Amino acid sequence: MATLTLPRKRERSAHFWRDTARGYLFILPVVLGLLIWTFGPMIASAYYSLTNYRIISEPEFVGLQNYIDLFTRDRLFAHSLNVTIRYAIMFVVIGQVFSLAVAVLLTQNVRGLPIFRTLFYLPIVVPYVASALLWRYLFNREFGPINAVLNSVGITGPNWLGSPDWALFSLVIISVWGGAVSTIIYVAGLQNIPEELHEAAKIDGATAVQRFRFVTIPMLTPTIFFNVVTGVIGAFQFFVPAFIMTQGGPARATYFYNLNLYDKAFKWLEMGYASAMAWVLFAIIIVLTLFIFRSSPLWVYYEGEVKS
Amino acid sequence: MIQTAKAQSAPGWTRQRDERAHKQQQLIGKGIVYGLLLLGASVFTLPLIVMISTSFKSFNEINSYPPTFLPNTWIPENYLNAWNFPNTDFPRWTMNTIIILAASLPGVLLTSSLCAYGFARLRFPGRNAWFLAVLASIMLPPQVTLIPLYILFFRLGWLDSFLPLIVPPWFGGGALNIFLIRQFFMQIPRDLDEAAIIDGASHFTIWRKIYLPLSRPVMVTVALLTILTTWNDFLGPLIYLTSPRNYTLALGLNMFQGLFITRTDYIMAISSLMVIPMILLFIFAQRYIVRGFVTSGLKG
Repeated sequence: MATLTLPRKRERSAHFWRDTARGYLFILPVVLGLLIWTFGPMIASAYYSLTNYRIISEPEFVGLQNYIDLFTRDRLFAHSLNVTIRYAIMFVVIGQVFSLAVAVLLTQNVRGLPIFRTLFYLPIVVPYVASALLWRYLFNREFGPINAVLNSVGITGPNWLGSPDWALFSLVIISVWGGAVSTIIYVAGLQNIPEELHEAAKIDGATAVQRFRFVTIPMLTPTIFFNVVTGVIGAFQFFVPAFIMTQGGPARATYFYNLNLYDKAFKWLEMGYASAMAWVLFAIIIVLTLFIFRSSPLWVYYEGEVKS
Repeated sequence: MIQTAKAQSAPGWTRQRDERAHKQQQLIGKGIVYGLLLLGASVFTLPLIVMISTSFKSFNEINSYPPTFLPNTWIPENYLNAWNFPNTDFPRWTMNTIIILAASLPGVLLTSSLCAYGFARLRFPGRNAWFLAVLASIMLPPQVTLIPLYILFFRLGWLDSFLPLIVPPWFGGGALNIFLIRQFFMQIPRDLDEAAIIDGASHFTIWRKIYLPLSRPVMVTVALLTILTTWNDFLGPLIYLTSPRNYTLALGLNMFQGLFITRTDYIMAISSLMVIPMILLFIFAQRYIVRGFVTSGLKG
């Protein structure tokens, strides 16, 4: 941890200690909060992950056995990880392309934009439970409005959430619908691009497509970077909609990593094993984030930097 | 939308023609933008309209084919019947949600702004390290601390009470909120506190008398985001609340749909009741909510 460099020569004055005490008094709530609700539990969780622990009896130390079991014997672990990765790829790719496209629309110079923005952002505030129940009805094979509309144009709609082939993709649709936060961030990013750049490109004879490709996209890469990172993190924490709508089905097609973890912990009370799963999840998120960070010099452009 | 640079160099008569073509192109461009905006906005809002419309339909109408867009007969009684459905307690569950919110919101506002002041305005060893720890904690998946916290609350005898949902917000009120308020505090000119210090004011007084009143916009943002997340929270109540009388609205609705999966009319009525306050909140305070998301997005 980095600490402030302190004056070494002078004796630390009463003043110094008073400032320190006052500073910590102000941030005391979050210091205690981090210790009690974050760091303490992290240490406990790391310990539990090395034990066989079912709450009713004391934790029994088993070393790395939980981790070994996860990677060698637990087929469900591999399956739920696979489901989550497939969801993450679909969600990040479709979600980012879609929300960037919407953001471009929402920054055009036309009247009535505030109303359109409100309408596009609205799904953000819909509670998970409500949106889950709503979409289950919309996706209903027999009486659902979506298949009725498809039917009226001669398409036989799939069984959406009820079909192992479509269930995961259906969840992606729901998440993209409720995921306008990345649109909001893209809109802010687009508004931050200096108008002069577009003007200059225009004078040089660049078409709208060229301006988008060679001005907008490079200037937007820091925003894209942020949204991709939060998108990946969010995708790996996906839980509630699947818990409410599909319970992992049909045929475990939507058995997400966190559904698996929840079942292990709160259905079977295998707290040690579930803790190991949580740490593996954390490790995956860290590795992916680091990977995206490491790749950023290749594609993220920061102002003031000269690209060779 | 689509413009060319040719117009600048063309002789007079072609310039006029080019400008007309240019205007036409611009008009077409605007038309396309409007078309796409309308299409997208309808696709995005239709689900919510369908939710509200379905909540007024009769059970039979919902289960007939093809589905209607607006109800043939409007049944507002759906709301009353759902609200008072036997073996459920939506009034109580709504009250529970409000109690949890009312008991945690002051803690969020008070402690996050105190911490933000410490991080923004005071100098002391370890400040940056702690601030980094606060930011890093945003990255931590809640699953890592979920089990130890569950065991901790179990040992404390807090399970099946509101305490696990109420007490933690009093400890800093969430990393993101501290970050949001700190960013706002940093923009307040320092001359103000220096003048106050010369007048003999303590930092606590400066925080209370200068910073809090000046930072109303960001405090509104934090309050709104807290209301949204508390109202919508599912995982916390799911894990900590076990007996139905302690359920929140989100949990209660989920239990109801589990027991009466076919009662789409009532499910949509309660869903609408749950969603409409949040929609109104968003429509009237969109500025604040959007600013919150933008500030947290620009830290990257």
